[in-house]
Amino acid sequence: MTLDPAYLEYPRRAEGYDHALYPWSALKDRAPVRWPSGAVAVWICVSLEWFPITPVDSPFRAPGHMQTAYPDYRHYTARDYGNRVGAWRFLDAFKAAGVRVSFATNAAVAERYPELIAAILADGHEIVAHSTDMNGTIDSSLPEADERVLIASALARLEAASGVKPTGWLSIARSQSWRTLDLLKEHGLTWCADWVNDELPYRFTNGLIDLPLNHELSDRQIIAVQQQSADSWAQSMADAFDWLAREAAESGGGRMLPIHLTPYIMGLPYRIGAVEALLAQLTARSEAWFAPGGEIIAAWSAQQ
Amino acid sequence: MQPGSGDPLLYDYAPYRGRSKVVWPGGKTVAVWVAPNLEYYEIDPPVHPQRKAWARPHPDVVGYAHRDHSNRVSHWRMAEVMSKHGFPGSVSLSVALCQHHPQVVADANARGWEFFSHGIYNTRYAYGMDEAQERSIIADSIRTVREATGQTIRGWLAPALTHTPRTLDLIADMGLDYTCDLYHDDQVQVVNVASGRLASIPYSLEVNDHYGFFVYNMSGREYADTLVRQFERLAKEGATSGTVMCIPLHAYLIGQPHRIGPFEEALRHIAGDGRAWIARAGEIVDAWRAQR
Repeated sequence: MTLDPAYLEYPRRAEGYDHALYPWSALKDRAPVRWPSGAVAVWICVSLEWFPITPVDSPFRAPGHMQTAYPDYRHYTARDYGNRVGAWRFLDAFKAAGVRVSFATNAAVAERYPELIAAILADGHEIVAHSTDMNGTIDSSLPEADERVLIASALARLEAASGVKPTGWLSIARSQSWRTLDLLKEHGLTWCADWVNDELPYRFTNGLIDLPLNHELSDRQIIAVQQQSADSWAQSMADAFDWLAREAAESGGGRMLPIHLTPYIMGLPYRIGAVEALLAQLTARSEAWFAPGGEIIAAWSAQQ
Repeated sequence: MQPGSGDPLLYDYAPYRGRSKVVWPGGKTVAVWVAPNLEYYEIDPPVHPQRKAWARPHPDVVGYAHRDHSNRVSHWRMAEVMSKHGFPGSVSLSVALCQHHPQVVADANARGWEFFSHGIYNTRYAYGMDEAQERSIIADSIRTVREATGQTIRGWLAPALTHTPRTLDLIADMGLDYTCDLYHDDQVQVVNVASGRLASIPYSLEVNDHYGFFVYNMSGREYADTLVRQFERLAKEGATSGTVMCIPLHAYLIGQPHRIGPFEEALRHIAGDGRAWIARAGEIVDAWRAQR
């Protein structure tokens, strides 16, 4: 067997990327960014997810979705635990620590659990759009018309239920199609959190801004995928903060620590203590500036 | 290798016990080399009939962006830590990185790092290539690295670890003298090739950061502890055998903010121990060859 000769042709082998979605830029070469207070912006983002007990596999089944034959009571209820209990534990923990965060919210959660949304808004947290529900996944196999409807309906339903028009978007599993960046822009959003290639905000070619929500620092990756303990997760977050604070001091430029939390993961009774301890530890650090994503974007944008 | 044979006949069996001792410069017991993979993954590569490039339909946003983190952020972080503790890199290079992000390649070259080829892109696989095709990617690698850095590559780590039965014969025939693709030993070994000469230098899957974090699911601290244990054992045994320890890295993994601190402590430990000859791959192969 011989490979097709075209397999050894490299039409995009030239300086810069092999795509035009965003330009190349090394973080070390950028003008230093300064936050309103502190050198490390700590961005906590909580995903509020509702998994229908009737999962769909197109474009793909979301991580954390149903696993057994229908009806999968165990996963439906264990995920919904996050909305009933875990998220409320988070709210208490954030209030006790005096921090404001982002809640990436399925439209269905806003419609189904208005008490939760009211409490989030009353505490001054931010609502970020996070698709319709956990069947609302996106990739390039989704027809353009369907993707348009998905984004438009997620935004309309979230705004109708919460009274808030979000400026930011998080895709399920951070998965986009070739069209997503343009569709998000068209629908009036100013930023998304899906691209994990950087540690500070940056601008896509079309003007949308990326606020990288590092998946490696998520509870899903560390606890659910890598099966580390809650204490190991907290140690990793503290190690990351220490490093970023040191780098900020040495470089003179602000850094950002994204902490991605899931109520049914870190909101469990035996894990929430690790979250509370980490918050106590980090809020005691003078380098830390806790802020919702939109405020981090605003501070960054003002310096560009 | 012998195509179709159950034993590919890559090398002869040589028991660890009873070998003549290899002595490293300065009487060090273990040669330690660090192998950062400086890679470029295409966002929309052509389809290979035997291996999918990305798990998700293109663009695989997380897969692609995760690797792009190396070139925007974490290469510089990893490289600074290595330089600070006196570890040069021996770079496993997707040679197209010389075109896409020459700044990264220039940084590695300025730090005195050695380059060997890891194929054109880490999204172009060698399976199924005929001899002319495979020779063309080897020649492309030699030419591209020479033009970008002035260095003549001596080594090969197959792109995404994809080979043909001819790969090792061809790289030796075209003047390369070490391979990082064989994991059968803790010492440099002779590889059987049709022409030229070829050594296998221990690289490692087991202490590769990719295995550490995505096969064994270690935390940053557990991985750093693994490196220290690997070093301690090889340094001890090396007093009678002369061992090699490789630390294969990917900046987008080891250079994440929660892992780089513990990794720095592992490097500090190895550099401060006194038993390590911290060297580049080519120097290790040369020192071994001189004792044969």
